[in-house]
Amino acid sequence: MLVQEIMKTEVITLPQNATIANALQLLQDHRIRHIPIVNDNNEVIGIVSDRDVRDASPSVLLKNDSIEQNELENEIKMIMTTPVITIHPLDFVEEIARVFYDKEIACLPVVNKNKLVGIVTEKDMLYTLIQLTGITVQSSVIEVKVPDVPGIIPEVAAIFGKRKVNIASVLVYPFKDDPNYKILVFRIQTMNPLPFIQDLRNAGYKLMWPNNIPEPKV
Amino acid sequence: MKRNAAFIFSDQFLEYHFHENHPFNQKRIQLTKELLEQSNALTSEDLLLPRKASDKEIALFHDEDYIEAVKRASFNQLTDDEKREFGLGTEDTPIFDGMHEASALLVGGSLTAVDEVINERVNHSLNIGGGLHHGFKRKASGFCIYNDAAIAIRYIRKNYNLRVLYVDTDAHHGDGVQSAFYDDPNVCTFSIHETGRYLFPGTGEVNERGIKQGFGYSFNLPIDAFTQDESFLEVYEGAIRRIAEFFKPDIIITQNGADAHTYDPLTHLCTSMKIYERIPEISHELAHEYCNGKWIALGGGGYDIWRVVPRAWAQIWNVMKMGTISTGPLPRTWIEKWKKESPVNIPNHWHDTNEEAFPYIPRKPEINDKNSKLLNQLLKYTFKPQKK
Repeated sequence: MLVQEIMKTEVITLPQNATIANALQLLQDHRIRHIPIVNDNNEVIGIVSDRDVRDASPSVLLKNDSIEQNELENEIKMIMTTPVITIHPLDFVEEIARVFYDKEIACLPVVNKNKLVGIVTEKDMLYTLIQLTGITVQSSVIEVKVPDVPGIIPEVAAIFGKRKVNIASVLVYPFKDDPNYKILVFRIQTMNPLPFIQDLRNAGYKLMWPNNIPEPKV
Repeated sequence: MKRNAAFIFSDQFLEYHFHENHPFNQKRIQLTKELLEQSNALTSEDLLLPRKASDKEIALFHDEDYIEAVKRASFNQLTDDEKREFGLGTEDTPIFDGMHEASALLVGGSLTAVDEVINERVNHSLNIGGGLHHGFKRKASGFCIYNDAAIAIRYIRKNYNLRVLYVDTDAHHGDGVQSAFYDDPNVCTFSIHETGRYLFPGTGEVNERGIKQGFGYSFNLPIDAFTQDESFLEVYEGAIRRIAEFFKPDIIITQNGADAHTYDPLTHLCTSMKIYERIPEISHELAHEYCNGKWIALGGGGYDIWRVVPRAWAQIWNVMKMGTISTGPLPRTWIEKWKKESPVNIPNHWHDTNEEAFPYIPRKPEINDKNSKLLNQLLKYTFKPQKK
């Protein structure tokens, strides 16, 4: 999955000579947390987060009419972060998940030929991961423990295929610390997984779920 | 004189039949009816034939092209794309002859149940043919074609403008009904079910609370697999009383799926008949406390049709008609008649007597703890004043 499939293309930006007050207003109006700062050519030269703006604002505890709030009239370039970590529309989603994690940031402007073309936030990223798990599709879950050998996924998938059920998603993850096994998580679009459970057991597969269902459950 | 309750029934309810090996089996309706008759709890005066719902009534919730597709399905007139689009001809909702008619009769049963209660001919009514809560606006799913519960609620809203509390105790999330009223503050939906972590349909998280005007009017308690009676009843009762107090309904519709029992093959909850005694008692109390008695109960899931569903559904009727559950042995005649056909041993009593059938759950303290935390979470959102 590519960044261009998940990025938002309508990006709220500011020029570097905008005031901090402008930024505060935009953050509140659009309920966003980051504003890329761009030059006349729509090139990203900085980024400002809601925390940067808050750090530059007077404390709410001090707020009263006698204190003048000149701080907010400063130009945004005084508080913006630079240089900015950016990504490309053709980057892979899993790569940028890693950027979020490693750099501990929450927003990535998307840049193509030096121009700002989109934005991905950590919330967009999480949403995408949620979609990838298949959790939003009506389904039942079956977890199969399999030896980590070539050809195993098609073998297991064929058991579902035989009964023509739609597989909404497949996840593969390692089995605890044992590199000889892995877990396949199938989300299948049916309310009655019993025939599949039976078929898998007959074929000798060990199920992680349903697993420890005590008698008299099947 | 106004009677306590009406039992909606027609032999034709059994025509909602996918195929021999399908887990959804309406023979449970016949089993329930005969159990009640042979306990002398149900007489011919209690019975009422369902009417068939009109297309216009079905369209109170479903799209017209979906209704057309269901009609055409029986005549083999759907393309593969249409089948996929409308969820017809799948493993869960295979096509069968007379599918539209059979489904429309179940819907009509629920509408008849509503009419009886609203026109004050009875206090309560029961349509165990209904409760098909997975049906969506333009898609069949989870054994459900037309969503009679959603249609009945729309019907009440349109014609009588009453505020409806929908309570769903099926072990699966009542996703179709929730979706129908997700933005509606006049219909409050509450579903308690096994967590969707593994179980179909997967939704029904505690944080699904409704949207727009309807925010705060959807409630979900997704309890852990292997939950037993005590914890089920603690969180269920804890939630339903607070929700009723908060919403103050004019009328209550309950979906009484009976698939949370240990014996049920499709789910992983581990309750006994105890919950199926308490659930109708609580509905009954609340209906009299808030709604002047107005309570309509529907069927739903329930896949152990011999040992669980007939007793569970019969208790709803017992509470409706007599105000109390039945106890003691089941009628001999009923047991004798069905034991030949049943692949499992038919129970002898209204309550469960064979304790060995109820497994020891090592994680029980954790499960109970998780469930009560969940209840706190649900109540926290609603009943504490919101911070500005």
